Amino acid sequence: MTNVNRLTIAEARDALARGDLTSVELTDACLGAIDAAGALNAFVHHTPDMARDMARAADARIKAGDAAPMTGIPVGIKDVFCVRGVPSQAGSRILQGFTPEYESTVTQNLWNAGAVMLGKLNQDEFAMGSTNESSCYGPAVNPWRGPDGAQLTPGGSSGGSAAAVAADLCLGATGTDTGGSIRQPAAFTGTVGLKPTYGRVSRWGVIAYASSLDQAGPMTRTVRDAAIMLGAMASADPQDSTCADLPVPDFEAALTGDIRGKRIGIPREYRVDGMPDAIDALWRQGAEMLRDAGAEIVDISLPHTKYALPAYYVIAPAEASSNLARYDGVRYGHRATLGSGDGITQMYENTRAQGFGPEVQRRVMIGTYVLSAGFYDAYYNRARRVRALIKRDFDQAFAAGIDSILAPATPSAAFPLGSGDKGDPVQMYLNDVFTVTLNLAGLPGIAVPVGQDAQGLPLGLQLIGRPFEEGDLLNQAQVLEAAAGFVAKPDRWW
Amino acid sequence: MSITEDQARKVAHLARIAVDDAALPALARDLSGILHFMDQLNEVDVEGIEPMTGVTPMRLKRREDVVTSGGMADKILSNAPDAREGFFAVPKVVE
Repeated sequence: MTNVNRLTIAEARDALARGDLTSVELTDACLGAIDAAGALNAFVHHTPDMARDMARAADARIKAGDAAPMTGIPVGIKDVFCVRGVPSQAGSRILQGFTPEYESTVTQNLWNAGAVMLGKLNQDEFAMGSTNESSCYGPAVNPWRGPDGAQLTPGGSSGGSAAAVAADLCLGATGTDTGGSIRQPAAFTGTVGLKPTYGRVSRWGVIAYASSLDQAGPMTRTVRDAAIMLGAMASADPQDSTCADLPVPDFEAALTGDIRGKRIGIPREYRVDGMPDAIDALWRQGAEMLRDAGAEIVDISLPHTKYALPAYYVIAPAEASSNLARYDGVRYGHRATLGSGDGITQMYENTRAQGFGPEVQRRVMIGTYVLSAGFYDAYYNRARRVRALIKRDFDQAFAAGIDSILAPATPSAAFPLGSGDKGDPVQMYLNDVFTVTLNLAGLPGIAVPVGQDAQGLPLGLQLIGRPFEEGDLLNQAQVLEAAAGFVAKPDRWW
Repeated sequence: MSITEDQARKVAHLARIAVDDAALPALARDLSGILHFMDQLNEVDVEGIEPMTGVTPMRLKRREDVVTSGGMADKILSNAPDAREGFFAVPKVVE
């Protein structure tokens, strides 16, 4: 077999089971592809020795008839996940040199299932960003290029994961999604990204950004692969008190292809001013595809949608300012060099000024401000009340019999690196307009590649599901994927 | 809502992030822009709505109040910028 790094997880699993392929061959193909893709800056810490050891162990396990669905499948891990003995910095200079002594539950689950660790993937610093440009490693680059050869952002914060999956450097990757950080990069790279229900996947060992919103999920080339990989990532977990004590269903078995009678909502509030025609047309086509498959398309209203972004940009920075207080130069990572006479306050302030990039500093300070005496009620509590209303909008839609909601994933296709840096952070936050709502409501959402714009760049749609019904959501997503028939791949230039 | 350079200095100090005086005007402008964006929230009628703490209606998990882990000071100190004699070391805190 040639170019086996291009296989889907399902294809590779079946080839491994038949004995047509070994995990060592598959892993070597990925490691070779990674070595040749330095220009994408997707992998930022490489673990080839670990990968080959794990591949050999997987081959032995398959031979012994003890294979799980991810056994022998090489994956990339977003830098935000702690992996024992492997640098884990969440894209931040302040965690320079940090090598965890413990393993995140998600990665432990993947290794228990026999998956193979290829390395750590680039991301925005502490997952704060929509372009991967706030990374201490420099931006990951989208394998898709602009019409004039311009280098594009792969999106963010899981930009390295999306670039690596789109460029066939790995068969799947982990991502995390606090306000759209799995779904937006998936849409920008023509890949599939699933944000599970809050509590479906453990947050233990995932370096925290905003704890009430963060959720890890799979980034893959197909919906089926997302189903397989989610099954391996998810678990109940006594180490995370917000992780749901629910059995993990067989998500792949839910892919029946039958969505007849499903009621799919089209929220009118998502038709925002200035939305490009291509996105609007894609949304209509997506609805048609689902209707042709037997679903009922229903116009719905989610009246508080426009307040999701400002609520998010109060709540997420507030939680971040608290979570990131731990980076003080005492226990791990960077510590500023002290001048003579400097005390502990100078150590804290200089360590954090040197270790955090501008966007992280901005969000920590905004969070500090909205939590400070005199502003807590006006900003933080008000945002949390608005959040309750946003969730109520979804609850009411589901109570009225809606099974899922179809919306664009992003307000545009991928844009050139550097173009977002116009000095206005609020403009950059608008990227998250279609994605943040479901983080606030804790709902699962999946981005599926459905078409291309006039420049040939991929465009994605998003399906939003009922809580803890990822199987049903994946089934609808696979119907959309099959109807759209998106098969385009980026021309290899790297 | 706009914030002044003095308020920006105060918030930077509360966040324990050193900011040069020369950078304060730009910081105050950035923070004001973001806060202005958040002011939209004042349009929403939130009367009688409780602030949300968590999205999933579930009872916080309980477990036996017993020691389940520990005895790994070396591992905990292994990433410290400065560790001595089994402790984290920091500049003098108490005069």
